[in-house]
Formats: sequence, structure tokens, C-alpha cells
Amino acid sequence: MNLAYVRFRGGVHPPEHKEATEGRVVVRAPVPERIVVPMSQHLGAPNEPVVAKGDRVRRGEVVGSVEAMVSAPVHSPVDGQVAGVVEVPLAPGLRSRAVEIVPDAEQDLDSFVTLERSEDVKAVVRAAGIVGMGGAAFPSAVKLQPPQDMRISTVILNGCECEPFLTADHRLMLEQPERVVRGGRLIRDAVGASRVVIGVEDNKMDAVEALRAVAGDDVEVAALPTRYPQGAEKQLIWTLLGKEVPKGKLPAATGALVHNVGTAAAVADAVDRGKPLIERIVTVTGAVARPGNYLTLLGTPVSALIEAAGGLVEPVGRVVSGGPMTGFALGVLDVPVTKGTSGITVLRADQVPPEVYGDQPCIRCGRCAEACPIFLRPYAIGIFATGGDWSRAEEAHVLDCIECGCCAYACPTSRPLVQLLRRAKQAAMLKGAKQ
Amino acid sequence: MSEAGGVRRLKAGSSPHIAASLTARGIMAWVLAALAPSLLWALWNMGTPALLVAAGSLTGAVGTEFAWNAIAKKRHTLGDLTAVLTGVLLAMTLPPYTPWWMAFAGGVVAIGLGKMLFGGLGWNLFNPALVGRAMIVISWAGVLALQPNGGWFRTLGMEGVGELDAVSGATPLGLAAADRAAAGGYGFQTSSLYGDLLFRNLSGSIGEISAALLIAGGLVLVAVRIIDWRIPAGYVGTMAVLSAAFGGDPVFHMLAGGLMIGAFYMATDYVSSPMSPNARLLFGVGCGVFNALGRFFGSMPEATTFAILFMNGLAPMLDRAFVPRTYGWVSRSE
Ligand code: SF4
Ligand code: SF4
Repeated sequence: MNLAYVRFRGGVHPPEHKEATEGRVVVRAPVPERIVVPMSQHLGAPNEPVVAKGDRVRRGEVVGSVEAMVSAPVHSPVDGQVAGVVEVPLAPGLRSRAVEIVPDAEQDLDSFVTLERSEDVKAVVRAAGIVGMGGAAFPSAVKLQPPQDMRISTVILNGCECEPFLTADHRLMLEQPERVVRGGRLIRDAVGASRVVIGVEDNKMDAVEALRAVAGDDVEVAALPTRYPQGAEKQLIWTLLGKEVPKGKLPAATGALVHNVGTAAAVADAVDRGKPLIERIVTVTGAVARPGNYLTLLGTPVSALIEAAGGLVEPVGRVVSGGPMTGFALGVLDVPVTKGTSGITVLRADQVPPEVYGDQPCIRCGRCAEACPIFLRPYAIGIFATGGDWSRAEEAHVLDCIECGCCAYACPTSRPLVQLLRRAKQAAMLKGAKQ
Repeated sequence: MSEAGGVRRLKAGSSPHIAASLTARGIMAWVLAALAPSLLWALWNMGTPALLVAAGSLTGAVGTEFAWNAIAKKRHTLGDLTAVLTGVLLAMTLPPYTPWWMAFAGGVVAIGLGKMLFGGLGWNLFNPALVGRAMIVISWAGVLALQPNGGWFRTLGMEGVGELDAVSGATPLGLAAADRAAAGGYGFQTSSLYGDLLFRNLSGSIGEISAALLIAGGLVLVAVRIIDWRIPAGYVGTMAVLSAAFGGDPVFHMLAGGLMIGAFYMATDYVSSPMSPNARLLFGVGCGVFNALGRFFGSMPEATTFAILFMNGLAPMLDRAFVPRTYGWVSRSE
């Protein structure tokens, strides 16, 4: 298990802030008064509701599905009654139809309607509605069917959890390492790979030990340098395999397939227990009274989850869904927890960067470029974007930006680089679509 | 849905939601702190004249930035400390007997012409402090060539160098140039000056008083990654190599004159230097080349100012020439 201890180029190392929750055993969040199951909890086509107001649903039963290839069905996480089909806000600017369910007073959270048995792991993963649980929420079954011409030789399980504050994956690896390892083996066999490597940042050596204790000879566990964004696919593949994903190609072009450790555990649950994806571990941390890791029913409103964590500690700066580097700030708290919600990070007012007023000058220090793990020149693209010069932004490869936020994090004048880069990306993509 | 937080509206905002603690102001404070020992050592040794120069230069720089923003009805920017740094740097490049009003005028030109006219922080092509100094050098060359005559200021003590009185009070670099022009070699033992140059050189500009303090401060800035080692390394390294190649004493030429201020504190100015690593190294080398050429073949022994200003002008080109490869782009011609 002698993996080279190399470091990817670029990246940043923000204060980790993991101490608040890394020692907290996962506990169940209470069943909320209402569960809201969005039809779109993944990248790809949204589901159609298959239940109507007044219907009784059981825990594990499908409430939304669609035929589209890139999609993942959604299930009810509780026994209850459908209160209606509503529209809910998700990420800023995104809305989704959702099935609202009133849970029964009595719940048996140890059981659920099991999935249909099948020898085909991909079919089970699809039926279970599993998506990438690290935050990207790409349907996992699709990932398990890489293009014909690409042979997958290595399955990488991403246990880096490089975002500050978040510890959900950490606790999962520590408390249930068998499920993670089992999921890795299932994925390996499903894609015909020969190797499984679990990559964990070295700020979680206890998780590395726990995984190694159950891994056996066929699953490698690698401790990787702690540096954000070590958990980004491209950086993880570089660190473990020393390969760059060629531009415009899938990571599979390097022979590697990356899945989050939470996803792997969900695959194990689906195959071994017939369990659909109806709950997940969510870290609730920062300025809340009882930070911790909560096993949360999908569709639980964030407000209810925060209450479960003892409520907000004022003054609150931002409530972020996910981690502070890539998560999105919530404008309201009645958005539901979805399959991709890895954490709720409540930042104090003094932790949030200053409000950006006017045009913050670029002092040409080069820190953004040094921090960019894609080796872009964010300062230049930022200036092109300010001037609306989209073609030069595109020539500077803005479309390769992974929106990791390292550049803006590092910028000493708080230039809103990620916003500028996003705007440039959208403009470049629009242009591409028109041609 | 639960009422407790359901209706509450929160501030949104783009990711990332945290930022590194190092701000522009913090960076400038680091540089000022690194310069502080030399400046204080100079004020202690040179006394009131140096203090007047520093005060004049600072007032000129800070006052101009304040006035400019006030007149243009712009947000005030003194808080970022960049104008303060410009004022201090300019003072350090001036001899202590510079009239205070000349230092003041230099500060005004540094900020007004060197910075605000270009659009303020981030937009200037040339290092503002050096623009101010260049103006003084060009306008009042005679004054800067003058050396003090006793009183508050002692001339360079060079034991065993008898002819010194003839060129009373010239700087070591001036001496070296004069002697070389006359005899094709040094008329004095350069190594006898190492101690003075390192610790208590009283015949140069305010900032030249101690190469040792400047180097120590510069190395701290490199260590905490405020400045990139490539620029000073390229600069000083090139100077050493070329000095030797041109028949000079490389140690003497590294320690004498404004080289250390230039290499660690002027050439590394973010705004007027390139950004990509290779461009920075080449920028440093270029500064060294032009500085050496100026020293050995130019009319002005102190060529640091113009070497850096010249390379400032080339910096945008260097940045264009050394665009780093993007992740996943194996060949740029693809
Ligand atoms: S957000 Fe984009 S430009 Fe900024 S560091 Fe990440 S990849 Fe580079
Ligand atoms: S980090 Fe900020 S100030 Fe520095 S070069 Fe990048 S955009 Fe400019």
C-alpha cells in the first residue's frame, strides 16, 4: 500500500473547523412535521410525481420517477399521507416540484419497502435512486455505465471530505467502514475494474485505520495530504494515479471512476438490504447550539434540522447548504434536505468575507493563479468578465474552471472571482450553444 | 413546515463563503514591518535630515492619494496602506540630505503620476515610488549628487584609502565608477567596505544604511510568501554573475547601492511586476541585466531605478509570453 505521497498543484488550506463535529456519533434527526420530497434532487431530468394528494405512502415507496436515462427516482422516507404536490425552492434560482407528505405519528424507521431483487447492480442502484452524495448529485447508475471505449481499471472512493466544517463522510467511514468497503467492491465488480482505492485526507487518520481494519487485501486505503480541493475528481485522480483528465474528456478516460464514500455505502445498502436512498448523514455545524452529525430523512426542512441541532446561535452571517467553499447560501430555511446535502454550515457574521462593494481592485499579486488547481489565471478572466469580454475569457479557458472557489478564497482584495468566472462560463456556453 | 425558521430571510451570497485572512492591507503591513528595522536604524543614525525626508515623502504620497480621492469623489483608499508604503519606499531611495520639499514633490508625483493617473491601485504600469524617484533624479540630478559636508552627517569611513578626500563624500558606487573610468580598476579595496555596507553605510540613500537589515526583512517576506523568491533571486543572482563577468567584485556590487531595496522591495511590487512564475524569474533576471549594464557601462552608477522601471514596462509582455498551461491541456496548440 505504498502510494506516492504527492500533492496536486494549487489549492488552499483553510482552517478546518472540523473539531466541532468530528467526535460526534451520528444520531437520528427527529421525524419532522412535514416531509417535502423534491422531484429533482439530481443532475438530469426531473421526476414526475406518481402519487396524488390524499394517497397513503409507505417508507421506501416510489413517489416520483421518469423514464429518462439521466435521472434517479425518489422515494418516501416515511409512512404517511400525501398532502399535495407543491413547488419548493432549492438552490438559489432553482425550483422544483415536490411531493409533500405528512408523516404518520407512529414510524418504524428500521423497516422500509424493499427494492426488487436483481442480479444487475446497475439496475438496483438506479431503482434505489442513488446519486453522487458528495454534493454533485449525478445519478450513480449512469456513472456505472461508462462509454464502451473506456475501460475502467480503478475505482476510487472519495473519502477526502476536503470542505472545512463537514464531517459526515468522516463519521460514516469511522462508524460503518464495512458498508463503505462493501460498496467499493460492488462498484468495482459492476464496472469490471481490478482495483479499489479509498482516498482519505490525513486529517482523518482514525477513519483510515477503521477502513484498513476491514479492507482486506483487495481494497487499498490511501491517506492523502489535507489540502482543498483534494476531493475534486481531477485532483484526486492526479494524486492517486498521477494522471490528468484530458480536457473535454470524462474522468473515465484515465481508467478511473470516482464515487463518494457515502454513495458507496448507499450502493451496499441497496444491494444487500434492498434499501432505497431515503436518508443520509448531514453535518449540522457552525453557529448552532448542538453541532453534530444527523441521520436525516430526505425532505426534512433545513429549519427543522437546525432546530434538531439546538437552533441558530445569533448573530448569523450565512446559512450554507454544503461546505463553505462550494456550498450555496440559503435565503430561507424552509428548503428541504436532498440527496446531495452533505451538511448545513452556519457561519457567524464575522466569518463571512466582507460584503463586496464596487469593483475591488486586483493588486496583481498572483495568489488566485497560484491557488487554482486547474492552473487558470482567475485574475485575468475576472478582468475580462468585468469588461464583458467573453471571447477572451473563453480563450483563457474559463470553461475548464471547476468553481472550487480557491481563487476567491485566496484573493487579498476579496474580488468576487467565482461570480465573475461563472458569469463568463455561462456567456461562453451560451455562445457555444448558439453556434 | 416548521414556523421557527421557515419565514426567516437570510443574506445570500456567492461561494466561497470564507476567505483567507490575508488582506491587501495585511500584505502592505508585512512589507512595512520588514522595512521598519532599516528605516528606524537610518533615522537613529542619520537623525533629523532623514526624518524630514521621510516625512516629506510620506506627506506627499499620502496627501496626494487622499486629495485625489476627495476630488474625484471616490472611496478613500488610504486604509490599504499602499500609499504609505510608496511614501516609505521613496524616502528610502533618497539620500538624507535631500531637501524635504523635494521628497514631498517626489511623493506627489509618485502617487499622482505614478498611480492615480493610471486608474489607482492595480492599474499602474510602473512602480510609483520609482516614478517619484526618477522624477527627482531627472529634475534635480545636481542636488542628489551633492554630498554632505560634516556636521550631522559623517562621510564614509574608509580606512586606508587615502585618495578619498579628493572625491569628498562620494558614495562607494560613485567611487568605484570614477576609479574604473580613470584607471580601469578600483582605486580602493572593495572588501574593506563590506562591513560598512552590511551594517552602517552612511553615504548612500536612507534605505541603503544596512544591507543586512534589508536582506533579513526581504528573506522574512519570502519565507511568509508575501513576495515570490523568483524575483529577488533572479535579480541578485544576475547582478552577481554579471559583476564578476565585467571584472567587478560581485559581493561589493550586491551590497552596494540600492540593489537590495530594489530586488526585495521594489521589483517585487505586485502591480508592476509579472504574475506567472516563469515570467517572474525572467523579470528578475532582466532587472539584474539592465542594472549591471547601467552600473558598468552607463553614466549613472545607480542604475537600479531605471532597470526596474524598464522591466516594469516589459512586465505585461512577459505575462503574455508565459501563460501557464491549463490542467488537462496537454499541448497548447491542440
Ligand atoms: S474557481 Fe475556477 S478559477 Fe477559481 S480556483 Fe477554482 S478552478 Fe480555478
Ligand atoms: S488574488 Fe485577487 S488581487 Fe491577487 S491577482 Fe488574483 S484577483 Fe488579483
